[in-house]
Order: sequence, then C-alpha cells, then structure tokens
Amino acid sequence: MEDLRFQHRVRARAGGTRQSAIVGVVASGNLEVLVERVLPDAECALDIKTAAIGFGEVWTAVIGDFVERYSPGGLRFSINDGGARPDTVSLRLAQAVRSIAENGQ
Amino acid sequence: MTAPLKDITPAERARSTSFYEASARTRLDLLLDAGSFVEFIGPEQREVSPHLKIFDLPEQFDDGIVVGRGRLDGAPVFVAAQEGRFMGGAFGEVHGAKLTGLLRAARQVASIPVLILFDTGGVRLQEANAGELAIAEIMRAVMEARAAGVKIIGLIGGRSGCYGGGGLIAGCCSALAVSEPGRIAVSGPEVIETNRGVEEFDSRDRALVWRTMGGKHRRLLGAADVFVDDNVQDFREAALELLGLVGPFGLDSLKAEQERLADRLRRYGACFDAVDIWTAEGIAHAETVPELPADQFIALADRIGRTSRDAR
Amino acid sequence: MTLDDILTALFPDGHEVRNDKGVLLGTATLRSGDSMLVLGVADRTALGVDEAIRLSGHVLRSIGRDSGPILVLVDSDSQRMSKRDELLGLNEFLAHLAKVLIHADMNGRPTIGLLYGHSAAGALLATGLATRVLVGLPGADPAVMDLPSMAKVTKLSMEALEEKAKSTPVFAPGLSNLTQMGAVHLTWSHAAPLADQLEALLADMPAARDGRDALGKARGGRLKAAEIAERVRDLALQAR
Repeated sequence: MEDLRFQHRVRARAGGTRQSAIVGVVASGNLEVLVERVLPDAECALDIKTAAIGFGEVWTAVIGDFVERYSPGGLRFSINDGGARPDTVSLRLAQAVRSIAENGQ
Repeated sequence: MTAPLKDITPAERARSTSFYEASARTRLDLLLDAGSFVEFIGPEQREVSPHLKIFDLPEQFDDGIVVGRGRLDGAPVFVAAQEGRFMGGAFGEVHGAKLTGLLRAARQVASIPVLILFDTGGVRLQEANAGELAIAEIMRAVMEARAAGVKIIGLIGGRSGCYGGGGLIAGCCSALAVSEPGRIAVSGPEVIETNRGVEEFDSRDRALVWRTMGGKHRRLLGAADVFVDDNVQDFREAALELLGLVGPFGLDSLKAEQERLADRLRRYGACFDAVDIWTAEGIAHAETVPELPADQFIALADRIGRTSRDAR
Repeated sequence: MTLDDILTALFPDGHEVRNDKGVLLGTATLRSGDSMLVLGVADRTALGVDEAIRLSGHVLRSIGRDSGPILVLVDSDSQRMSKRDELLGLNEFLAHLAKVLIHADMNGRPTIGLLYGHSAAGALLATGLATRVLVGLPGADPAVMDLPSMAKVTKLSMEALEEKAKSTPVFAPGLSNLTQMGAVHLTWSHAAPLADQLEALLADMPAARDGRDALGKARGGRLKAAEIAERVRDLALQAR
C-alpha cells in the first residue's frame, strides 16, 4: 500500500449543504471516495491509500485536473483505492462532488 | 450512478434497478422508504478492519457492511447489507460485529424486524478466526432475537451469493427471499473442486453451479420461501410479504424443520443432480427449469408448493 | 488420548455413547448421578447432511424427555465438500444442528463443546461454536482455514504466513489462537481427572449470554468486536 496526500488552494466553495457522502467500492480496479465538508472554503485536501504503488505522478495529474474543473472548496476526500484506472478515479471524484452537492444531512 | 431523474417514482427506480448489480448502499436506498435510512457507524467513522494492513491490503471505511434502521411501508426495520464486491463480502471482525450489535439491539427491542441483505463468500481468509467467530456470534444472536419474537428476513441475490458461514446464518433466519443469481451453499464450487477434484464438481460449469446452488433450486426445495425477479422493488415486496407471513419461533419450529429436512433426505438423498430432484417433484421437462422466465418459474414453484414456513 | 479414553475419563460412572461411522450419540452418567446427553463427531469425519440430521435428531428427541446438560464432542473434518451435500441444502442441515443446540442451551439444557481433535469451517460452526462453553483438550488442532489454502488465495508463501502468524492470532490455525480470540473458553489439563474438570465446569457454568467477544478482548486477541457490537447496539436502541 502507498499513502499519498494532496492539498490545494481553490477559487470557490463546493456547492450544497450535505456534510459527507460516499461513492464507489474498494475492489480490483475500483475505489471508494469519502468526501466530507470539514475544511475552510478556500482549501481542499485528498488523502489516498492505494494498492498500486508508484503512480504518484498519475495521481498528481488526475487530481490537478479535478480540482481545476470542480473547485471543491471546503472538502476533504479520503480515498481507498484498489488500483483503479485514472478515468475511474476521475469519475468517482466527480460523483463524490455531485453527491455532497445534494441538499440534505 | 446516474443523475437523479425527477420524473420517475422511487418504486419505478427500484423496479428498474438490478439487485445483483447494485451496491449495498443503493440496495438499501431503494429497498426502504425513500429517505428513511439512518446508518450506524457510517464510513465517516472509519472503523476499518484492523487486520488487512498485516496483508498490505486496502481497507474499506465501512468494512463491507452497512447497518442501520429505516422504514418499510412506514414501519420501522433494522437493516444490514453486505457489499459483495469488497473482499467478496466476507465476514471479518468489524464487519461481523456490526451485524451482531444490530441483532442484539433487535432482541432487546423485540418488536422491530431485521432485514439482512446477504452478499458474501463466507469467512474473510485474512482474519479467518475472527470471521468464523463473528459468524458463530451472529448465529447465536439471530436465535436469541427470534426467541424474543423478532422476525429476521434474509434477502439473497448479490454477486457473491451467500456462501460459507453466510449460508449457515441464512439457515437461521425466519424466512428467505432469493433471486436466480442468489446462490446459497456452504462450500463454494471452487472449494469443492480444489478439495475433491473436477470429477466431483466442475466449478467452470456455470450451469451446474446455478442448478445446484442457485435461487431456483433453493426455492423448489423449499429452502427459500419466495423467489423474486432480479430487481430491488421485487425484493422490497418480498420482504413485506414475508414479514406478514412469518409465525412465532419455538421448539415446534425446530421439530418441524427436523421432519422437513429428514423428509428431503428420504425423498432425494439418492438424486445425483438437481434435474433428478425436480423430476421427482413431478415437474415435466425439468431440464428446462433454468431457462424459465421469472413469472413462469414463480407459478411453477407455487404449484409445487414447498416452503419452510413454520419449519425453520 | 483416544476417544474411548476420553469418554472413560469423563464418565467413570459409565456411559452409553456409540460411535457409528464417526457420529457419536448416547448418554452418560455424571458423578452426581444425573445424566448428560452426549453427541458429537469423531475420527475426523466430515460433517455432511446425513451426519447432521442424526445429531440434531438426537438432541430434539431428548428435549422435553430428559433434563441435564449436553456435551458435544468434536474431532471432525470440515463440512463435507460434495455436490450431493450442497444439492440437498447442507447450509440448512448445519444451521439446523446449531439452532437445536442453541435452543437447548437457552432452555435449561446447558451445552458444553469439547474439542479434542480437529475441526474446521462449517463443521465447527455447527458443533463446538454453537455451544455455550467450548473447552479444548491439549493437542486439539482446530483450523478455521488451513495455511496451504490460505497461501494459495493470498499468494503468500507458507513461510511468510507463518511469520505473520507470530504477531497475531487472527488468522492462523490452532487451539491457542482460538482461545485468544475468545472462541475456546478454557483448556482442560491431562494432569487432573477429566471428570473432576467437567464437574467443576458444570458447578460453575457461565450465564447463557454470549460473552465471547468480551473474552476475546480481555485476552487481547480480538480488540474491536466487543466495542463495535456494543456501539451499534446502543445506536440502534437510541434510534427507537
């Protein structure tokens, strides 16, 4: 297992009122993303535990694109990764942002 | 997951969602009354397995099981749903303890039923002793709850089926609903083949797996009380139906089960294949049973009429 | 010790326990003069549908007719791994046996399991692990999962697994691991008469509630289970 951590300054707070959401499942080629609204509005953080070792640069690129596109201000993402491909990672991150953007608890 | 479609009802969405394909969370979301689910020890608590790191394996925040409460047609229920894609839905220490705690609460409350959405390969190998013991504790807790008057319904139709100790827990429930892909067994096909050879069981012969362990055979045997099509709404309706049918549990249930199982051995103990059993049940062209669409199969199973009601 | 030795040592006042193809059925006389129902699996026999239905029948016939505690002797293989057993619904037969034992225990017939040889997986769940108190005899070698199978699935060498097993009781076979987990309550000694140890246990049986998770925690083998179960229980009770 390899632990990776990313922190970004972002331009805007993520939408919605939910405090947390979870998407995905930990399996081969899949991952789960737990997203929580716990940070200041201009920050976001991602903590990743991945079974695929040595892909730090790929994660850096995928997450850079994601933060730029969604501006997930105030959100902390905790990721358990079973070795998902970059497109699957992008999809789950987008789903996580959409889920927490819904109104509710 | 797709964006929520505003113009379809929850029931329509549940009807169009495959139970087999859905995640544990989606199953609960669509099975229960909309918005009624409240989770106990959710993923944000990060109560992961303390043992997987020994094997350098990834953890899941809910350890592969979602437990909580919700409502079914307005009435409160306790629910547990296993995630069959995470480590095959297998029982580990934390995973099992969540279900044990839920059942112990149900026993104390005595009036709220429990739905268990099984999806499991059995004991989690990497924490085998803890998983085995968790299953023993769950079986004990199921029986104590049933003795206190709690109805416990098992719903089986997930990717990992209901194998190993999961099959034993299912055997302890008040009633079961099963879909065609919902296999119920103790030893899995690969386990039998590995231990006894391909002549005993060819695990790659999927038709053999389905007709020996699959939902249709279990329904015809009377091991499962209701057969449902593979969608969440049908499971919801089956759960409601079974909650209405389950009677009290006591010594008479166990005596009736002894007779039911002994009778099964007398009738079918010499049968070599499921088709032989179905033929002995008087089903014409029994070899076509696996191809029957759900509605025709349900009519057939109802005509054969075997259930385990009041005998489990 | 052979099974005959064990039975003689447990019941010096006599027993009528027959071993029929690995299925043990009978009764024995306790020092007090009371009788004890005895059942079990011997000779490392696999527990299949045919064996399970006889064992559950033995207990059910006794309920209501007799009184006193029940002893379940265990030296079994795993569950019988066969097409026929699964075809006939082995999960129901094993569950039924466990249910009958649990029901008896909850209704005035306290159950003791005595693990004197091997056992594994579904066979252990339906017998020893379905009793109130599971006792080990020195030399018993239960294995929920055997290491060769585990090596195959985890793709780790036997050496690597054995090394990991030194630091945790959570996965590897053996009586001491199951004891640390809280599955085996106590191990008897060959230094004292088995009849005395049985008598002492019967005189001091724990309550019928399942305390195995607390036992595993106290012994340092299973640190999370009791706490998680308790937290879920509390949350569920609050939610009413």
